[in-house]
Amino acid sequence: MIEKLVIIGNGMAPGRMLEHLLEAAPGRYQVTIFNAEPRVNYDRIMLSPVLSGEKDYEQIIIHGDGWYVRNGITLYKGHRIEAIDRVARTVTSSEGVTEAYDKLVIATGSNPLIIPVPGHDFAGVLTYRDLDDVNAMLLAAQSRAKAVVIGGGLLGLEAAAGLQSQGMDVTVVHLMPTLMERQLDPAAGYLLQKALETRGIKVLTQANTKAILGNGKVEAVELADGTIIPATLVVMAAGIRPNAALAREAGLSVERGIVVDDGMRTSDPDIYALGECAEVGGRVYGLVAPLYEMARTAAARLAGDESARFVHLDTPTKLKVTGIDVYSLGDFADGDDREEIVLRDASADVYKRLILKDDRIIGTVLFGEVADGAWFNDLKKKAANISEMRDTLIFGPAFQGGGTSDPAAAVAALPDDAEICGCNGICKGKITSTIKAKGLTTLDEVRAHTKASASCGTCTGLVEQLMELTLGDAFDRSAVQPMCACTPLGHDDVRRLIVAKSLKTVPAVMQELEWKTSCGCAKCRPALNYYLVCDWPGEYADDYQSRFINERVHANIQKDGTFSVVPRMWGGVTSSKELRAIADVVDKFAIPTVKVTGGQRIDMLGVRKEDLPAVWADLGKAGFVSGHAYAKGLRTVKTCVGTDWCRFGTQDSTGLGIRIEKFMWGSWTPAKVKMAVSGCPRNCSEATCKDVGVICVDSGYEIHFAGAAGLDIKGTEILGQVKTEDETVEYIAALVQMYREQARYLERIYKWAKRIGVDEIRRQIVQDGDRRRSYFERFVFSQKFAQVDPWDERVSGKDKHEFRPMAVVGFAEAAE
Amino acid sequence: MSSKWVEVGSLDDIPSRGARCVDTYEGRLAVFRTAEGQVFAIEDHCPHKGGPLSQGIVHGASVTCPLHNWVISLETGKALGADEGAVRTVPVRVEGGRLFIALGSRAEKAA
Repeated sequence: MIEKLVIIGNGMAPGRMLEHLLEAAPGRYQVTIFNAEPRVNYDRIMLSPVLSGEKDYEQIIIHGDGWYVRNGITLYKGHRIEAIDRVARTVTSSEGVTEAYDKLVIATGSNPLIIPVPGHDFAGVLTYRDLDDVNAMLLAAQSRAKAVVIGGGLLGLEAAAGLQSQGMDVTVVHLMPTLMERQLDPAAGYLLQKALETRGIKVLTQANTKAILGNGKVEAVELADGTIIPATLVVMAAGIRPNAALAREAGLSVERGIVVDDGMRTSDPDIYALGECAEVGGRVYGLVAPLYEMARTAAARLAGDESARFVHLDTPTKLKVTGIDVYSLGDFADGDDREEIVLRDASADVYKRLILKDDRIIGTVLFGEVADGAWFNDLKKKAANISEMRDTLIFGPAFQGGGTSDPAAAVAALPDDAEICGCNGICKGKITSTIKAKGLTTLDEVRAHTKASASCGTCTGLVEQLMELTLGDAFDRSAVQPMCACTPLGHDDVRRLIVAKSLKTVPAVMQELEWKTSCGCAKCRPALNYYLVCDWPGEYADDYQSRFINERVHANIQKDGTFSVVPRMWGGVTSSKELRAIADVVDKFAIPTVKVTGGQRIDMLGVRKEDLPAVWADLGKAGFVSGHAYAKGLRTVKTCVGTDWCRFGTQDSTGLGIRIEKFMWGSWTPAKVKMAVSGCPRNCSEATCKDVGVICVDSGYEIHFAGAAGLDIKGTEILGQVKTEDETVEYIAALVQMYREQARYLERIYKWAKRIGVDEIRRQIVQDGDRRRSYFERFVFSQKFAQVDPWDERVSGKDKHEFRPMAVVGFAEAAE
Repeated sequence: MSSKWVEVGSLDDIPSRGARCVDTYEGRLAVFRTAEGQVFAIEDHCPHKGGPLSQGIVHGASVTCPLHNWVISLETGKALGADEGAVRTVPVRVEGGRLFIALGSRAEKAA
């Protein structure tokens, strides 16, 4: 018979337990989950990057809705369990659902500690536990006002750094003399404080909060010494307390947390508890590694393996604040029976301390350089006698044995049971053997199969080195291909950080992201300029010196240094007046070649640069504007004659093409964008090999995208079908805006779509109406600043210097 | 003929990280101004296929040719990286914001 397993709580620990259980005993249980939070299982370790803007919620989901469906699991979102009836063996939720269980797992996590000072219940006082807290903080941060974080521990400091990167003026108030005193010694605490202060975060230690001032709403924080700190947001991050109320009411044994044995079983043999709410061996836990160990144990027990036992292990602490590296492990208090090895480098703010007892490492504190943490942890775990290498121990594994400082060699030298991923407890041997057994070649695959580097991500570098060691040249680091030689960062990281850190000028990007060159190169500068143009419309001043010559002078450079000029012909439609004006310009400036382009335009080739403004002036008088034939931007919308003339036409394809072109011209994009609208499926305007195409049909408009007819030939994908022109325009603009915001510079739509997935694009543009409209609105906003005719500007005198020599020196002047 | 300093304009005529052309009887020259405010003059003619270097993107003390992305050192006139070739450099000096280039040095060398 299939047993009923009910789980209360849907955090990381029960999520991991289910993964193990589904693997060990598939089909044994019918699983039902009640989650007080209205959402799926996500990675709470990554809330700090969400707060700082480096990731968004979608990126930290562990189990999407599909996972529950595939595994036949019922998930009640937003249901808090109100009572456990141990006699009837049922649970009842806040929404009135009652479910019977054979086995029950309690995973209710923890609650933040609220310091009961006056004003603790004012609006503007938040805690830092879940996504709702983060969203509330992000909302508060929009005011760019002042925030106080109470508590200088791990969570408090991550909250402070996140709020500060969102533009708030942040003060950390900490009761103890040094920050993170439970994980760091005073020396490392000092360096941490210094690093935070350098970033502009104020830190007050030995500061006791007396009251939160205000009138129902936070206005300031008052300390015991009388200091008053103005603030509109207060984050309480003074600690957590296991959430054991439900278990206590059900009559289970509860001390600090829900008491369980080393098999995760509570005082009721059919009820298990795990995660932050559980107390095992007198200890409660808050870091993910032991929680995952609980998950492994509970899953094995539920699958019938009575031998599985939870074993306590010290877990390293790492602070997830970008640019501040901290690592701490084990016991670091002073003592008569203890010795220590300390290395300091004041100029680099590096501090390393090993605490030894009987020639064995019992504790490690690292600040500034933390790469050797895993190796020290390994020595500690094995209780290895280090007397042989004592003199060089602090320099790390690279200095042992062969004396090489090659980091790859250091990783190669690690034993198979050395722990690489602390969050998931994954050792080196597991990673290398899985790479070989499953033929893994990418980091994402290794994450999927081993979980290594899949949680906090700080071991990603180590995992990549292992992949290089195991795969040799077969390992393709293309996932992290640097933008250019000026930076190790890839395009995606740079784009993300520009937004996350609000970087709004090219020098700011280069400074904050530690560019290796003083002013970039011809590869990164145009890319950065585009990213800034796209991300900060109206704020960023376009840097013409970072644009390729064609976009600087708004014409296409030819092999002999002359230029070609293509005026815009909306939808490919022209008139005798326009053609006459073109003919006159060709005669007047003796333009040698006139050609019809593939995009239904007329190209005048061989124009001298000095003549460009005069050519544009004449064209402008006839009503022409720039055709942007040179731009990484919207080029052309080809059309057929549709219902105006064609006996097969189903819609006004010409009119729609012109409408799209008039709406979208001037927008800068990662690479050129060519479009077409065909009036019927005979497709005379060849819309099915364009970046974006529309095929009109009787019932509406079929929207296509991601075609190619250049270096590669590729038919389009169908985005979806809509009924009206208005919807067509909204869908296309939203699609282009998504592409503008996400693609890498010079990446055409079809390559971008292949990389992120056609389904994902459909999901965001077709299925998610809110998202589509917000893309659309951002596009419309950005067009306010983009739709300026560059030819007209230059006819009016802008950038005059571009079009004429600074001086002409003839023999006469030289001879004077 | 000995070399002769000729005034060609002011420093402000050249955008930072940009270039201007000077047409001379020795051919078209490109005068560059770097982000650090250094000024260089070279032939406006890439050693590869004759591309107008004055139209390229200026980075550090080098320029990338707009036609095929050769990178040319403004100090030495030599192609950087794997490419081989060089353009003539022309002496340039700034006095009180005014720019002067030395013409005739080519003839001198040839002599």
